[in-house]
Amino acid sequence: MPYIPHTDEDIGAMLERIGIRDIDELFDEIPKELRIDSLPGVPAALTEMEVARLMSERAAQDGRPLNFIGAGAYEHHIPAPVWAITTRGEFYSAYTPYQAEASQGTLQVMYEFQSMIASLTAMDVSNASLYDGASALAEACLMAVRAHRRSKSAHILVPVTVNPAWRRVARVITEGQGLVLEELPYCTEQGTTIPQVLERYAGQDITALVIQQPNFFGQLEDADALARWARANGAQVIAVTNPVSLALLTPPGEWGEGGADIACGEAQPFGVPLSSGGPYVGFMATRLEHVRQMPGRIAGRTVDLEGRTGFTLTLQAREQHIRRGKATSNICTNQGLLMTAATIYLSLLGPAGLARVAGACVARTRELVEALTTRCGVRAAFPGPRFHEAVLLLDRPVVPVLESLAAAGIAGGYDLARDFPELGHALLVCATETRTSADIETYARTLHRTLGRAAAAAGVRP
Amino acid sequence: MKRIEPVIFDLSRSGRGATAQHPPAAETAIPAQFRRRRPPVLPEVSELQAVRHYTRLSQLNYSIDTQFYPLGSCTMKYNPRACNSLAMLPEFLGRHPLAPAATGQGMLACLFELQEMLKAVTGMAAVSLTPMAGAQGEFTGVAMIRAFHRAHGDLARNEIIVPDAAHGTNPATASMCGMKIREIASLANGDVDLAALDAALSPATAGIMLTNPSTLGVFERRITEIERKVHAAGGLVYYDGANLNAILGKVRPGDMGFDVIHTNLHKTFSTPHGGGGPGSGAVGVGERLLPFLPVPVVGRDGDRYRWLDERDLPQSIGQLSGFMGNTGVLLRAYVYMRILGAAGMRRVGEFSTLNANYLLQRLREAGFDAAYPERRASHEFIITLRRQTREQGVTAMDFAKRLLDYGYHAPTTYFPLLVPECLLIEPTETETREELDGFVDALVAIQREAEADAAMLKGAPYTLPVRRLDDVRAAKQLDVAWKPAGA
Amino acid sequence: MSKVPAELRYTKSHEWLRALPDGSVEIGITDHAQAALGDLVFVEVPAAGRTLATGDACAVVESVKAASDVYSPLGGEVLAGNEALATQPELVNQDPYGKGWILRLKPSGNAASADLQDATAYAAEVAGD
Repeated sequence: MPYIPHTDEDIGAMLERIGIRDIDELFDEIPKELRIDSLPGVPAALTEMEVARLMSERAAQDGRPLNFIGAGAYEHHIPAPVWAITTRGEFYSAYTPYQAEASQGTLQVMYEFQSMIASLTAMDVSNASLYDGASALAEACLMAVRAHRRSKSAHILVPVTVNPAWRRVARVITEGQGLVLEELPYCTEQGTTIPQVLERYAGQDITALVIQQPNFFGQLEDADALARWARANGAQVIAVTNPVSLALLTPPGEWGEGGADIACGEAQPFGVPLSSGGPYVGFMATRLEHVRQMPGRIAGRTVDLEGRTGFTLTLQAREQHIRRGKATSNICTNQGLLMTAATIYLSLLGPAGLARVAGACVARTRELVEALTTRCGVRAAFPGPRFHEAVLLLDRPVVPVLESLAAAGIAGGYDLARDFPELGHALLVCATETRTSADIETYARTLHRTLGRAAAAAGVRP
Repeated sequence: MKRIEPVIFDLSRSGRGATAQHPPAAETAIPAQFRRRRPPVLPEVSELQAVRHYTRLSQLNYSIDTQFYPLGSCTMKYNPRACNSLAMLPEFLGRHPLAPAATGQGMLACLFELQEMLKAVTGMAAVSLTPMAGAQGEFTGVAMIRAFHRAHGDLARNEIIVPDAAHGTNPATASMCGMKIREIASLANGDVDLAALDAALSPATAGIMLTNPSTLGVFERRITEIERKVHAAGGLVYYDGANLNAILGKVRPGDMGFDVIHTNLHKTFSTPHGGGGPGSGAVGVGERLLPFLPVPVVGRDGDRYRWLDERDLPQSIGQLSGFMGNTGVLLRAYVYMRILGAAGMRRVGEFSTLNANYLLQRLREAGFDAAYPERRASHEFIITLRRQTREQGVTAMDFAKRLLDYGYHAPTTYFPLLVPECLLIEPTETETREELDGFVDALVAIQREAEADAAMLKGAPYTLPVRRLDDVRAAKQLDVAWKPAGA
Repeated sequence: MSKVPAELRYTKSHEWLRALPDGSVEIGITDHAQAALGDLVFVEVPAAGRTLATGDACAVVESVKAASDVYSPLGGEVLAGNEALATQPELVNQDPYGKGWILRLKPSGNAASADLQDATAYAAEVAGD
């Protein structure tokens, strides 16, 4: 019996102690007509060895393409210690720290994570993580409505340059509470939000303005100007950032003169593998004055009965297990294991290492854009400055090109046709520090061949 | 074990670093107006210092791998190591979520089969794996109920009925979805009060959220009657899968008439709790809610798998995560289910229930009071220490803290709120009889200590890295982020 | 045994109300309520100028184990919230009927129409809790 330790003798002795004849009697309160005695549709058991074989075969089927996709999930080097320590049973198989005295490890990691996020974003306080970046943005919108006492409109401006998947998620999660998320157009020449479009909202009751920096295209927004407009017009600022970029870029806490009210995003780049989209780890930080409106777990440092330093969950009265229907969110825990990985990652990289990673991302993406634009006949949709992503324009639909690249072992980017049809045949590409010059050369050569062959097939000279 | 580990920032020295992890420097050319003026404050430590620090921190935790962890309603069973190592094969870890489906057929096959197995064990018509936690699964369920009523032009249905024994997430979720909450009472025997249900049902009823077995550790015997009443009133019936472990392979929510359920894969299907996440709250629906399932869902065209999105499911409530949900968690659950197989899953329900009833029986013989003495336990049960509080002045909290000194993680305390001074105990099926007997011995010893020296108990724990912590100070003198000295 | 001053009036949800000579009223939570909550760590008071209807949630009192809304026993305009509670929430525990007051209100309608009870009735209710 996999994972069940009972011997026949145990079973007999336990049934006798309870005073019943067989295990089925334990279910005698369940109406008979509801009970089942088999599970059709579930296959028979396999041994660990057999499942290992199956999984290895399935994994081999997927292969390991050379990845040039970003679009919200980024391939970075993960130092060997990160998962060796994160998967220690004491972290892996513990639950959320309800018994603080028996959870000091998890609680201190939370405190350290919060400290790192607060410092990176230049905000006062951080929570101990949320599910992912998309749900963090949704929670930030809900939080802004609670935190902005004077605004009654629940009207939030969201530039189209914010990750489109995250915009969809924010809409689904905030809809029930009547939030209005209104999209702001962008400049199709520059790939950034135009601060002037905000003028039409002057004098209106706007609860918050979302600013993503770098934006979904990898372009740098004029975050200072956007934040200043929000401040001057009584709207809060919700910052969405790639936390790796914060090693180099002005942090949300310093945008404009006043800084952002809430900063959120996806901390997956900090030591969390791509893993087909999850589990990842959202983060959220805010100003001290809004801390009671922030959702999610928060660890605090305090003292014990003997005056020794220790850590505990704090401000729990915001949370669902106490506040029930009036809680800040229904979220029950945080993203503990991934938060642990991110904290270890940041300890290993430190300020200098993270700045190197961020710098390498900028440089590699520039190298990639140069290689593809000079050799493959594609062009960059927008001029710089950009962080580690770029939009390229092709002369033909993107999907067949991506399929052809995939057949050659290259994950060549993300097709923007669904969300940004106005850009034409646009492809979002990304290169992090993990892509070498040789990788970029491979991509350029393969793309050149792919585009050339297709052109030749169509009877056109390349 | 006394605390010896400083905060990582206090180990930091300017100019130190784990430099094997630093890529070469590169020219970045970011214009000055976008540049950060001061670098962030992050630790500067060697690789060994980081490894030692986090290894030591791990050792300050209680966990399933190190302790019996009978936390009620959390299903803290063994997390098989194979589930972790096989979900972490490099091809699975390295795959970008937006890579073409052609490069994810192996992973998608696992997820498709997981959907099918979850349909089979829950008795539902379809499953979406995308919710990232139990709470998000609940949100999904209520959002689908809302979408169903809207699609039928039934805009007035804005009330969700929740029994008073429910977990706090149920009402919190209903509010998040813009619903009003109607709480109904439970009877002294733990079942829902049907008269209270009748009084709560109205044309405003959107649905009811139920956990069965309930958080009181008993099976709701009149579930069919409840289901009929709510359906007759035009509402839908939601199953909170928190306690699915108790009935796995014995009875299916779909057969009980539920329209929608969420399952906690981190409970029933043994993916790790990870110190508080990641979870996975896969949802299952009956025919009525099928069009509203959240996207993406794994579909199969012939022998190829692909993600179905809004173009395939135009009435979907939409997307709940940045990509497809917690794939890494789903792969762990898949491995677990394949190793258990159909017979193994039935044994989960049987042996978790056997362990709970055995433990309850032994504790009753030892003089502890069951909250529902005339009922069978499900996979968990409640004892109440009301008598001890009255007679010795010791509380459930004191018992819980003292258990830590005996090397056991405490059961859930002060939940459900209905039962005063309660311990909600869930042993799970993966514990041996000896472990359960040891736990009984510890509680009996603590009871003796309470009678002899209640004051001692109030000071527990004594042997953990810290004693009881000052929660009032933590909230009033908020210190939630490290600051350099003088900052 | 909790204190229930005779000169005040009370709600079922454990707020007290004191009529002030200028026609305004002072509102707080009772000794019984503060004891049930335990050490308060945070009190959120309403801003002056806010208009309240009878029964509106107008303040939040938070301890480490609970957070409760305070409901206004009367409708009216908020004249002041007790700013001292921002840094000293413990005043509510130490002196619930004095320094721990939560807000002052200028009632809008007929004060007698609110569902209030006298000290004897409230004391009996608390004793029966």
